[in-house]
Amino acid sequence: MNSSVIVFPGSNCDRDIAVALEKLKFKNKMIWHKETILPKSDLIVLPGGFSYGDYLRSGAIAAKSNILKEVVKAANKGCLILGICNGFQILTETGLLKGALLQNKNLKFLGKDVFVKAVNTDNKFCNKYRKNQILKLNIAHNEGNYFTNAEHLKELEERNLIAFKYCSEDGVVNEENNPNGSLNNIAGIFNEKKNILGMMPHPERMVDPIITNDNGVNLFTSLLN
Amino acid sequence: MKLILVKLDQLNLKRDNLKFSVTVTLKKDVLDPQGKVVHQTLENMGINSITNLRQGKYFEIDKNENNEPKAKEKLNEVCKKLLVNMTIEDFKIFRLDK
Repeated sequence: MNSSVIVFPGSNCDRDIAVALEKLKFKNKMIWHKETILPKSDLIVLPGGFSYGDYLRSGAIAAKSNILKEVVKAANKGCLILGICNGFQILTETGLLKGALLQNKNLKFLGKDVFVKAVNTDNKFCNKYRKNQILKLNIAHNEGNYFTNAEHLKELEERNLIAFKYCSEDGVVNEENNPNGSLNNIAGIFNEKKNILGMMPHPERMVDPIITNDNGVNLFTSLLN
Repeated sequence: MKLILVKLDQLNLKRDNLKFSVTVTLKKDVLDPQGKVVHQTLENMGINSITNLRQGKYFEIDKNENNEPKAKEKLNEVCKKLLVNMTIEDFKIFRLDK
């Protein structure tokens, strides 16, 4: 499976995702944001970081970069797109995913492990997880508070387009276990065709039990399925 | 002297550079935690007369255009395309050099 990781000035999780992908036998290429041609890819990853120093709004400048025009074209043709953290913010800024990521409700940068529930496993990204499986993943963000209008929120719930929800260790989804104030504890969402996943937690940091755990592995093996 | 001033004024009217400001704030139904903290701090300082406070962004923009409606139309586009995230923010355009 061919993957491309897009690199912006200020990306800082691009190497981590490349290591994770290569470990799982993806043929990966790193693509600089100024490129105008995207190599043939089955998966495109927009990595975490602080593209363009988060100027204007997180992801806003990256969303207007050369390569994003190609990413949007590929996405519309059905290519799999994964946006992690800043990548999720970029996806909302391009309009590939609806909604926006606001500043965390408590105004703090959050860098810690949290629990999320894999709410929807009937898709390309999560099919190796059990439905409602609880994962321990790392978050590291200042703007992860997912917001959208009431109509779209209803659509996300009704059409099962929510990928992950923040929860307690035993799976309780409530305000207490919502680290950043996200609507309905949303940690990750799909587009309608489910070929695009945007998520705030970092699965690429959870691929080696010696360092953390391997809860993120199945997201990548799902793609190989 | 009077004549010179009139001429200057006419020249001024023909300027081809208009100055604007744009303010961007979070929409009413979007929580503004920074604004809330600032408001709370003012109350803690004993300033209790403020009923609402929203924090936002401010831009100053010069536009090479002499027609105000045309310039505003272009700025509207600029706001919607980049400066503002219409999902969460509202904006207002003001003329600065009138």
